[in-house]
Amino acid sequence: MTKEERLKKRHKAEKRFRFYGVVSILVALLFVLILVQNIFSKGSSAFKKTVINVEIFFDQELLEIKNGASENEIIEADFYDVAIESLIKAYPTKNLKEENQLLKLFSGDAEFEIKQAFLDNNNLIGKKINLNITASDDIDQLHKGNYPRDLPEDRRRISDFQLVIYDFLVENDKIGKNFNNYFFKNGDSRDPELAGIGGALVGSFYSILICLLLAFPVAVLASIYLEEFAPKNKITDFIEININNLAAVPSIVYGLLALQILLATIQLPRSTPLVAGITLALMTLPRIIIPCRASLKAVPPSIREGALAVGASKFQSVFHHVVPLALPGTLSGTIIGLAQALGETAPLILIGMVAFVVDIPSSPVDPSSSLPVQVYLWSESAERGFVEKTSATIMMLLSFLIVMNFLAVYLRQKFEKRWN
Amino acid sequence: MNFVLIFLITIFSLSLFFYGRSKTKSISIEKNIKLKALPKFYGYYLVLWCSIPALVFLLVWSLFEPIIIKTIIIETAANQGAIFDDKNEANLIYEKIKAIHLGTYFGDIDLILKESALSYAKFINLFTNSKVVLIFGIIISSVIYALNKIKNNNKARDDVERILKGLLFVSSLIAILTTLGIIFSLLFESIKFFSVINVFDYLFGTNWSPQRAFVRDASSITAEEYEDLKDAFGFIPLIAGTSFIAFIAMLVAVPVGLFSGIYMAEYASSKVRKFSKPIIEILAGIPTVVYGFFAALTVGPFFRQFGESLGLTVSSESALAAGLIMGIMIIPYVSSLSDDVINSVPQSLRDGSYAVGATKSETIKQVVIPAALPGIIGSVLLAVSRAIGETMIVVMAAGLAANLTINPLESTTTITTQIVMILVGDQEFDSPKTQSAFALGLTLFIATLILNYIAQRAVKKYREKYD
Repeated sequence: MTKEERLKKRHKAEKRFRFYGVVSILVALLFVLILVQNIFSKGSSAFKKTVINVEIFFDQELLEIKNGASENEIIEADFYDVAIESLIKAYPTKNLKEENQLLKLFSGDAEFEIKQAFLDNNNLIGKKINLNITASDDIDQLHKGNYPRDLPEDRRRISDFQLVIYDFLVENDKIGKNFNNYFFKNGDSRDPELAGIGGALVGSFYSILICLLLAFPVAVLASIYLEEFAPKNKITDFIEININNLAAVPSIVYGLLALQILLATIQLPRSTPLVAGITLALMTLPRIIIPCRASLKAVPPSIREGALAVGASKFQSVFHHVVPLALPGTLSGTIIGLAQALGETAPLILIGMVAFVVDIPSSPVDPSSSLPVQVYLWSESAERGFVEKTSATIMMLLSFLIVMNFLAVYLRQKFEKRWN
Repeated sequence: MNFVLIFLITIFSLSLFFYGRSKTKSISIEKNIKLKALPKFYGYYLVLWCSIPALVFLLVWSLFEPIIIKTIIIETAANQGAIFDDKNEANLIYEKIKAIHLGTYFGDIDLILKESALSYAKFINLFTNSKVVLIFGIIISSVIYALNKIKNNNKARDDVERILKGLLFVSSLIAILTTLGIIFSLLFESIKFFSVINVFDYLFGTNWSPQRAFVRDASSITAEEYEDLKDAFGFIPLIAGTSFIAFIAMLVAVPVGLFSGIYMAEYASSKVRKFSKPIIEILAGIPTVVYGFFAALTVGPFFRQFGESLGLTVSSESALAAGLIMGIMIIPYVSSLSDDVINSVPQSLRDGSYAVGATKSETIKQVVIPAALPGIIGSVLLAVSRAIGETMIVVMAAGLAANLTINPLESTTTITTQIVMILVGDQEFDSPKTQSAFALGLTLFIATLILNYIAQRAVKKYREKYD
């Protein structure tokens, strides 16, 4: 091999090496894109729901309530017969079997939607109005194009007759899409068209709030102690080793801790944001302490010395001068820690947040779910409608995380002083 | 009740603050004494003495009250003739008594339950009353103590600062308490587990199927039953599955992470770096449940279809899918750490290499990487400990059955998956099945601790070398 050939080979190797680097970065970028694209394409349709326009006739005889009935009487009243009688007129049916199939196109909540319309408008007795009734999950998925029509009938959830009705509704422009208010308002449900993340949102909010209230003050105080006051001795070393190790303990171990200490020993109520918040706070604490200490360390000693020189006590130099200067870094570290806590799932599963909770929690001691746990729960469900709901929940979760991370970056860039 | 107490303590503290501040001020003017601190510090001093002892007492009391009441009630119920075989039934009876007291119980109420509910009400009353009395006693005595101190014109600022410093110290102790809590909660149940199952049968057993363990009473197991039980709790398939999935993950994460770390440290212009580094970090910020969803619903089925088209049978919960996605999740841990490590290799080493005519890649391969090797190994070990502790991806995308296999297309299970599977839903207390989850947790905790210790040592040693 001549010198030139060898040089050529070495230069080729150089180029190859560089190429590997570019490829690995591209692989990572590509994956982010694929993931985001995949979630968006699956989830964005969940923000709309399919509705069927039906003419509802509030028949005096079927209603059992008089004109001028009080609101409570209306809420107590049964609207089932009115609903059924009106809904079966959406398409001419021949027999009971066909009627049943027609009724299955509407969501189980149709009766309550009709009642709500009755409450919202005055004096509907004996009158007819056109209402948009939420469609069942099967029709919803069909209308959104997520459901294949060309399967043989016995492998489809929708019968041939229902397809005929569907085509009839489309032709007459009776079917459309509305904003999916249920998705944000409702708690969990067995029916995908009624299931929402309202409960999970509130649960996550309470958990993170409790986590913030517990973890932030303790983390700030602990890092002030370690950075400014702690003497160099064995206890301090031991505390530091503990903090570093705790930051690397798998999150599921915190779940076991919560199960044994918070639930079994102290007997706090299971499945509640209170327990979730405490667990997340214990988990986030070391992860907040580390950036807090870094930002305290970044404040130059001249600040402390200046304060001490004009007669401030050690305490005054720290709390009047160092801490305010370190605050932006501290806050941004806390927000990033909270963002991690918001996406944490495993410990919450262990403390029983996987329970099926329909009601929206009204306080931190009510059983509840949380956003990531809701993702886990729905992803285990077989119904097609839940795939879209899961992806949409992930979209909500990711957008919260993005907002929090941007806030952290903003705080740091806007308020943090550069010292050199 | 607790909220009322906290509210009252706050009110007292606030009024004491204003009282202390104005009183010292007026006295100093009246009697013309020089105060040893600013008047507000006397206020702070009173506040601290008023609130801290009372709040600490309230916290400790609230932690122990339910346990003590429960023990007393269960004992009195037993004395009155209530029959329960084990802890579960005792718990159930206790819950019933509580529900009767709150008026939310709608079942049959027999005499014993009724009596117990009455005595429960009595105890609750007694405890609440004594709590209130004790708290007021504490507040009064500590405030009197503080007022006495103030009368003698103490150095209030120094005292306040001393108390606050103690508070700072206590907050930093919480880290130690958490570690202790973890160790105790894991050890407590694990010891119970290992008193039933031999440690060696657990560590070297090759069969894991805890659902077979139907034993209600762990204390009286015959030798025959034990033979059956010991076969249910073999750790080998779990550690094999865990390491296997972690290995697949590292096959993805190490080359991709290392090469992107090298590229960013050595080649990339600051513009490219500024843009690509945060995007790779995004991978670390995505919640793992999202990766799990993606692995289970997109990657798993994709691999199965792809395998079918090649004539292979691929499980839809294959180790490959879980490992691959886990590997992608771990890329940023490897890349940013190795980026840091490579950046701290002194420039003089590179310059020396260039001076003898090496190309950039040769310098990296033969000088920079060997110099940075301990740090790189440390970062890889940290990534491995991430991988074995990772839960959601494997729970959603890997299998549940413990297969001893090295075929990446089959499903296997991991330690974390089994912990979740055992503890989700209704748990029987005191059954070896529930306890085994804690034994698994302990094993996991120790494994990650050792890995982290080695990794941190390696990185630290390396840093010291070039400082």
